[in-house]
Amino acid sequence: MSTRSIVPFGPQHPVLPEPIHLDLVLEDEKVVEAVPSIGFVHRGLEQLVEKRDFQTYVYVAERICGICSFMHGMSYCEAVEKIMNIEIPARAKYLRTIWCEMSRIHSHLLWLGLLADAFGFESLFMQSWRIRETILDMFEESTGGRVIFSVNKIGGQRRDMENSMLRGFLPKLEQVEAELEAITGAFLSDRAVNTRLRDVGILTKEQAHDLGAVGPFMRASGIEFDMRLQGYDAYKDLYFRPVTSTECDSYARCKVRIGEIFQSINLIRQAIDKIPEGEIAAPVKGLPNGEAFVRVEQPRGEALYYVCGDGKKFLERFRVRTPTFANLPGLLQTLKGCQLADVPILILTIDPCISCTER
Amino acid sequence: MTDGEIREIGIEELPTEALKLKNGGYRLIQMCVNRRIGEDFQLTYSFGIGLSCVHLRMLVHPEDEVVSISSIYEPAFLYENEMHDLFGIRISMISLDYHGNLYRLDKKTPYRPSEEKES
Repeated sequence: MSTRSIVPFGPQHPVLPEPIHLDLVLEDEKVVEAVPSIGFVHRGLEQLVEKRDFQTYVYVAERICGICSFMHGMSYCEAVEKIMNIEIPARAKYLRTIWCEMSRIHSHLLWLGLLADAFGFESLFMQSWRIRETILDMFEESTGGRVIFSVNKIGGQRRDMENSMLRGFLPKLEQVEAELEAITGAFLSDRAVNTRLRDVGILTKEQAHDLGAVGPFMRASGIEFDMRLQGYDAYKDLYFRPVTSTECDSYARCKVRIGEIFQSINLIRQAIDKIPEGEIAAPVKGLPNGEAFVRVEQPRGEALYYVCGDGKKFLERFRVRTPTFANLPGLLQTLKGCQLADVPILILTIDPCISCTER
Repeated sequence: MTDGEIREIGIEELPTEALKLKNGGYRLIQMCVNRRIGEDFQLTYSFGIGLSCVHLRMLVHPEDEVVSISSIYEPAFLYENEMHDLFGIRISMISLDYHGNLYRLDKKTPYRPSEEKES
């Protein structure tokens, strides 16, 4: 007869850079249930909207997360712009798209490194992060920052990118692409990696839909859905199809994210090719009065922003539903029936961002 | 101006409306407390199909009990526990009720004014 026990996992754990806690109910080494708890570093940033005026709050929104900082700031701005009926200039839309895709590349490369580190492939971890440095250097060159960029504002962008700088990005992207191709073989064909990822943490297409999974976690279960298809910013002018896989396991999640890095490189090239000349910001008049929901595709999946203003300089409410929060039910499902040794890998395959979740 | 239609409903209509959306193939996007209107909390539940979405919106008195939709939409349990832990919304029949232990916070129901908190 199997022995039932409860093993606490986190909030401090070698594979978790941020705090989340799971009570794992085990029968011998098999997980039968996982009970999550969060809130260890809850910052109450949503409520801070009542104490920072709507223009200044952009800097707070950026600080929800250090990886998706650009997208948090941008999405907040887009929600306020929607309320105030501000149409930002075309060049600003392209700038936002380029920075969004650079964020996706650096987020996915960071994740690949963490995954490699979790299954003990140290050199692959170092190579992934080394490639990521090129993208961070591009961020530094174009924004002045490597984590927090502060280039978004209500009505457009604070900084432009010179066309010569954009053209200079092309050989750097080529280099990233070539280096990523070199390590893709190790991620997708290495026997040890395959052993750890294949048929581990299956989430079927139906489960992914019913459990509200989003982003690469959902697309790896065969659902062809991506919020960028809405055509916000410059995406309506760019060609792409969501990267999907029908394997539904941890290997598929790795494959989809690698595919998305190549896709982002392609999207940046298209955007650099098509970016129009012109202004980068529209004038902002009045105060936000009304409400707006905005959905964007962050590196980890669909994020939803709600902003409500009542004609004062302080907004009434700001709310973010982050992709990690939406992926928790799917994660709990994949943990059921897995071996204790696979738990760290499975948690990593949703690419958890607790900083976002603890906004 | 919003992404998707907002449907105002009463809390007693919630299970029926959620079931209709479920049968229509909608997925759950999010559930949240939007804001306070007078004494009441305004709740919005968002559902999506393809790229479009619809929001169910209702007003809930602090003493009201909202019926959980976790038996219709499984991931709802997480959002319901969140609304309970952060705002003190009373929700009955949650499929996985963590009884205030989803968020490990020093302050219970931090987004609810202290004079309203239960002793």
